[in-house]
Amino acid sequence: MSQSANQLLSKLASSDKHGEASPYFDGWKAYDNNPYHPIHNPHGVIQMGLAENQLCSDLIKEWIRKNPQASICTAEGIDSFSDIAVFQDYHGLKQFRQAIAAFMERARGGRVSFEAERVVMSGGATGANETLMFCLADPGDAFLVPTPYYAAFDRDLRWRTGIRIIPVACNSSNNFQVTKQALESTYLKAQETGIKIKGLIIANPSNPLGTSLDRENLESLVSFINDKQIHLVCDEIYAATVFAEPKFISVAEIIQEMVHVNRDLIHIVYSLSKDMGLPGFRVGVVYSYNDAVVSCARKMSSFGLVSSQTQSFVAAMLSDQRFVDNFLVEVSKRVAKRHHMFTEGLEEMGISCLRSNAGLYVLMDLRQMLKAQTFESEIALWRVIINKVKINISPGSSFHCSEPGWFRVCFANMDEDTLQVGLERIKDFVLGDKASKNENYNCICNNKRENKKRKSFQKNLKLSFSSMMYDEHVRSPKLMSPHSPLLRA
Amino acid sequence: MGLPLMMERSSNNNNNNVVELSRVAVSDTHGEDSPYFAGWKAYDENPYDESHNPSGVIQMGLAENQVSFDLLETYLEKKNPEGSMWGTKGAPGFRENALFQDYHGLKTFRQAMASFMEQIRGGKARFDPDRIVLTAGATAANELLTFILADPNDALLVPTPYYPGFDRDLRWRTGVKIVPIHCDSSNHFQITPEALESAYQTARDANIRVRGVLITNPSNPLGATVQKKVLEDLLDFCVRKNIHLVSDEIYSGSVFHASEFTSVAEIVENIDDVSVKERVHIVYSLSKDLGLPGFRVGTIYSYNDNVVRTARRMSSFTLVSSQTQHMLASMLSDEEFTEKYIRINRERLRRRYETIVEGLKKAGIECLKGNAGLFCWMNLGFLLEKKTKDGELQLWDVILKELKLNISPGSSCHCSEVGWFRVCFANMSENTLEIALKRIHEFMDRRRRKEKMIN
Repeated sequence: MSQSANQLLSKLASSDKHGEASPYFDGWKAYDNNPYHPIHNPHGVIQMGLAENQLCSDLIKEWIRKNPQASICTAEGIDSFSDIAVFQDYHGLKQFRQAIAAFMERARGGRVSFEAERVVMSGGATGANETLMFCLADPGDAFLVPTPYYAAFDRDLRWRTGIRIIPVACNSSNNFQVTKQALESTYLKAQETGIKIKGLIIANPSNPLGTSLDRENLESLVSFINDKQIHLVCDEIYAATVFAEPKFISVAEIIQEMVHVNRDLIHIVYSLSKDMGLPGFRVGVVYSYNDAVVSCARKMSSFGLVSSQTQSFVAAMLSDQRFVDNFLVEVSKRVAKRHHMFTEGLEEMGISCLRSNAGLYVLMDLRQMLKAQTFESEIALWRVIINKVKINISPGSSFHCSEPGWFRVCFANMDEDTLQVGLERIKDFVLGDKASKNENYNCICNNKRENKKRKSFQKNLKLSFSSMMYDEHVRSPKLMSPHSPLLRA
Repeated sequence: MGLPLMMERSSNNNNNNVVELSRVAVSDTHGEDSPYFAGWKAYDENPYDESHNPSGVIQMGLAENQVSFDLLETYLEKKNPEGSMWGTKGAPGFRENALFQDYHGLKTFRQAMASFMEQIRGGKARFDPDRIVLTAGATAANELLTFILADPNDALLVPTPYYPGFDRDLRWRTGVKIVPIHCDSSNHFQITPEALESAYQTARDANIRVRGVLITNPSNPLGATVQKKVLEDLLDFCVRKNIHLVSDEIYSGSVFHASEFTSVAEIVENIDDVSVKERVHIVYSLSKDLGLPGFRVGTIYSYNDNVVRTARRMSSFTLVSSQTQHMLASMLSDEEFTEKYIRINRERLRRRYETIVEGLKKAGIECLKGNAGLFCWMNLGFLLEKKTKDGELQLWDVILKELKLNISPGSSCHCSEVGWFRVCFANMSENTLEIALKRIHEFMDRRRRKEKMIN
């Protein structure tokens, strides 16, 4: 590769703010090189680092089957083809905006109303967060972000915008809730060093905590930003995954009640990627109460419009109120079921998780398994989990957690059988770890025997490992009965 | 637009901070205050309709391709690529497709794009699907490349006249400048080595670092292909100055005679020197050739591995809907269909072009000799009262208000010669085009009569 031509890339391109040089990608690489498959690769790495919602696609598939007119390629829908194909107006299809606004309302129990005219499209929530930063802050300005936070914020908020993230540390003593104290002191410290804070960004429900803010906390946050007259960006991308108290309270609800708050400071980010499990369709939304931001974000949406084909489909589906209401009930129910299954399974082996009421993951507490309460130990433990236990999970340090020992584990991006396999592996590992701590020789021998059994079984399998590369059409199909001896080997 | 917002104060608020938006947000670099967009407003308020509003404004400022939809619709109805999702078999593939957000893009789709781009170039260049980076439209592709190739306050050299959207796409959020390479009618607006050097020097004199040249080939608004010799000169220039060459080939499938188009890919095909190849990047999209601007399908094709990798990562902000990738993958890999489409589309555009150019000629109006695109470049310099930009805008206003035609004044395209206008012809029915020509005829007749009376 030529030196001179490559030196000619921008500073931005040569920086590592895209975030992919981080060690956490090792987990993904391990998975990509050896992905679990119940038949073809039962000892592969199970992906538990991907916060995807695969729980409700059957509901959407059923709707699709019943509504061929929602496609512009079917006989029923082809008449709309040319109108949709030329539609590139950055206001978006009217029916799309209306359907999104209605969906957002129903996901908040109808306790708030959203105006279709304020719905602005973006390239997923990824695009929405970046767009808001471009609108609200100049290069060098900063946004406060409570830790632990979604790892990709480092890229989405900072890479092309040039803005800085000032983390607001939270810790487990109060379940990682961000306190007014922490906000005030971080804000003050930043000001003293001459950093201009333009706003606060939170994810509510939180990734990776899986918790949603209660009324008091949210009110306190809103008071803080109003007091300082800085912006508040609420990423509510997991709104519909809330399954237990406190019920989801959107910032939209809070400002309805706190009438003295300057609404020009309030902005919501939303998307269909998590609640509906449609990340591929890139349906991101910027919803701002600030007219100038709506106008600016709309112009910027030219850089990340939603495909009109997708707008048309989403508009049809989300205008079906009966479908939407049923869907929202089911999402919550199914997430709850997975959550309980996983956390109860972990409890049985003495592992606790941060108490959570939302999200597609839990924050697992492995502090007692650390050799030392350091991030080096956390990474060392994480490497063991990837390489020995063969599950890809996300270490707390990748979320800038201030306390080592916490790991985010996703539970909604696989079928139940695979989740069980994951639990079994964790169990084996944890019990093995306990045994080695107790210096129980017998347990170690048992493990060795287990391993020997596995190895000889593996030799007897006539499986084709050349199909290890990910088969797009088969994720974790229910081809084997849950009690199949193959899975228990 | 540039005023900071005055906020309501909370009763506890003692500081005098006024919450401002970013500099980017309050700037007008989005370009929407230009006359290019004012005509749109007039159209929106009074749009022509054959039956309901025959005296309304005819939109001739929109470079859209609506001449070949029937071909697409017939194909889709027959083959129904969404059938796998909407079929009665229970929508197999839907979930996998809906979950697919890998920024590499669907492999089948990339392969289809590569194959389509090869066909457009008559097989004179090969495209490697792994070098294709997908973005939501060429708008995003151009901005993304600019972020990668240039730092804020650096410049890209762009030949004039150019697509007005570049002012926003290349400059707004990137902070990069455009320095024009002036072209004029003396040589059909082709780029000359002198003009290149002059533009480069202008930038250097202003202490601005030039990072690349960005051309559109075929050109918007000229509606003409860039000559092979010019492309070779451009590449030489970029090598000498150690800068990049970006070729936006969004209209490559709209060249009336395939043999008249030389893609920069063809030039690069015969070059082994990696240090030369690596500075070449191509932008493409399905918005013009296929007439699918709503679907937001853009691509960056780079011969530079680092650019491909970085662009791919950056495309996270602007991915193509997997639903759309899936639908188009099968269509674009159907070589029988694409061959037929490309051929018929070219033919229909050529005929439209001939209709409008001949119609204008009969009215006494000349156009630049064009061979591509969805528009012609019309010369009304002889009609200007004042040979100035204001004079041009005055004439434009007359055409909008009196003839009720929205066309694009050359000044909105930064043309250094006044009196030129871009007129689109592919975004309407043949009937509407005839009506537009009729209005122009009548206008020119009225003018001639008026002149006779004055004389």
